[in-house]
Formats: sequence, C-alpha cells, structure tokens
Amino acid sequence: MTRAQVVKKAFKTSLPVMAGYVVLAIGFSLLLGEKGFGFWWALAMSVFIYAGSMQYLTTGLLAGSVSLVSAAVTTFMVNARHLFYGVSMLEKYKDMGPFKPYIIFGLTDETYSLLCSDAEDLPLAQRRLYYFLVSLFNQIYWVTGTVIGSVIGRFLPFAATGIDFALTALFVTVFVQQWKQTDDHVPALIGLGATTLCLVLFGGNSFLIPAMLLISAALFALKVIRSRKQQKEDADE
Amino acid sequence: MNKLHSALIIAVVSLVTAALRFAPFLLFGKRRRKDGGLISWMSAVLPFAIMGMLVVFCLKDISFTSAADWMPQLICCALVAALQYFWDNTLLSIICGTAVYMLLVQLVFI
Repeated sequence: MTRAQVVKKAFKTSLPVMAGYVVLAIGFSLLLGEKGFGFWWALAMSVFIYAGSMQYLTTGLLAGSVSLVSAAVTTFMVNARHLFYGVSMLEKYKDMGPFKPYIIFGLTDETYSLLCSDAEDLPLAQRRLYYFLVSLFNQIYWVTGTVIGSVIGRFLPFAATGIDFALTALFVTVFVQQWKQTDDHVPALIGLGATTLCLVLFGGNSFLIPAMLLISAALFALKVIRSRKQQKEDADE
Repeated sequence: MNKLHSALIIAVVSLVTAALRFAPFLLFGKRRRKDGGLISWMSAVLPFAIMGMLVVFCLKDISFTSAADWMPQLICCALVAALQYFWDNTLLSIICGTAVYMLLVQLVFI
C-alpha cells in the first residue's frame, strides 16, 4: 500500500465518526457558550480534554465553579472506562514509535471502536501511520465542530436533531462486526449483560465503574473456568 | 466568575483524562507478557465486552415511561444491527439507521 492509499483508507475508516463528532461538538460549543464561555475556551477544551461526554459535563463544572478535587473525581468516574481501552490496546499500540503519545492521547470511545479490531494485517510502518491518521482525523472533526459551534452555531437550523445517533449506530455496527468475527460470544454477552445489570441497579449516573468491575470479574472468572476445563481435559487424555 | 479557576478546572479534567488513557501503557507497557497471562487474556477478550458496554452506555437515557423515550433508539439499533449483519457495510448501516432515527424523533415520536 502506498502512503496515499494509507491516507485514503484512514479517511474512509474515520467517515462514520465525522457526522457524529461535528454535530456533537457543535452542541458542546453552544452549551458552553450559554454558560458564558466563548470560542477560546471551547477550542482549548476540545484540543486538550478531547473527550465528548466529559466536555459536556465540564460545562456544568465550569458554570458551578466546582473545586479542583471534585473536578478530578468526576473526571475519574466518567472516564475510567479509558483504562479498559488502554489495556486492550497494549499489544496493538506497542510499536507505534513517535506516534505513540498522540494515539494514546486520542483514544476516545469512537477512535477505540474504529481501531480495536482493524488493520492487523498491515505492515508495521503503515499501521503506525494508519492508526495515527484515524486518531488525528477524528480529533480534527471534533475541533472543527467546536469551531463551527462557537462561531456560527446560533444561526444553525435545528433540523439536525437526532443526528448524534450516528455514534450509537457506530458502536452497534462494531459490536455486530465483532460478533460475526468470532464463535465465542461469551465476552460480548458479559459486556452487554453486566452493563445492563449495573445500569438497572445503580442508575444512569453511576453505573460505569461498577460495570467495569463486574466485567473484569466475570472475564477473570471465565479465564479460570476455561483453564480448569482445559487442565481437566488434558489430564483425561 | 474566576477565569483562573475555570482554566484550572479545564487543566485538571485534561490531566485526569490523559492519565487514564496513558496509565495502562505506563503500568503494563514495558513488562514482558507471557502468553496465557491475565493481561494478555484481558486484552484479547476486552474489546468484545467493551463494545457491549458502550452500546448500553449510549442507551442509558432511555426510559419506559412513554413510547417516545425508548422506541426510536431500540428500533434503530435493531435496524443498524440487522443491516450490518446481512450487508456488512458499516457506512450504509450507520447512514440508514441515523436517517430513520432522525425521521422518528422529528416527525413520528414528538
């Protein structure tokens, strides 16, 4: 694959994120603007925080002028799921060379779902460039939406209601894609089941960390059960 | 409103977010992993569990008090899943699902 083809492939991969990010970032800028924070604030947040749902929440933290400790705790609660992304990308991002800091920084929900099962067959040099570009394109969409939102957002018509479903749809397609790639559906069902259970038990604001703990415990149990079974089969032979 | 305090909040949120993204690489990145170890098992199965978690995360705000609070999301998720399952075209699935969703929330379930 030539360099130009890698760029093209990365662009094509990132397309599903484009609409969702631009629209959600416009919404973020508008919300932040309503709280009295203009263009430069919005831009700084989209460049340095670069985490969608957290930026929405941070508009509230800013308006309420909360303490730095509670800002840190809230961020930890909301973004702890990024620990999972890192653990599952340890192998794939191992040899990313000079691109590594940026692609780790840019590992959002959406970038993760585009890259977690993609491009494993590319040679290393191209894979580096590809992961870097997909990460970068996504942040460019996010920053572009932020700029559009704070500059002309108030003049946009509201017919875009519902377009943010694009990101939900993206996660569903990746889920289905992964489902088709494997015969072992237990991990996927653990993810769905454990999270649903915690949502019902703990409610929409505080279910993520319990869900992560439950998923970790269930996956660990699955490993133990399977290796015991394996040992038993080995012993029977 | 204190501008310095606002800037510090943004700095704290940025740093904690980045720390969460970098932590696994800093903690486990250098260590040599043996096959069959816990971390290599987790990195093999987590992607499947995480996507399930993210789908539910997106649907966390649905409620069953009125049809408009759950039908558009669930109908369109099912549509996207079916399209992806049978046609295997990510962009097509997302565009169709989102278009139908927008129609439903703007015209049908108001």
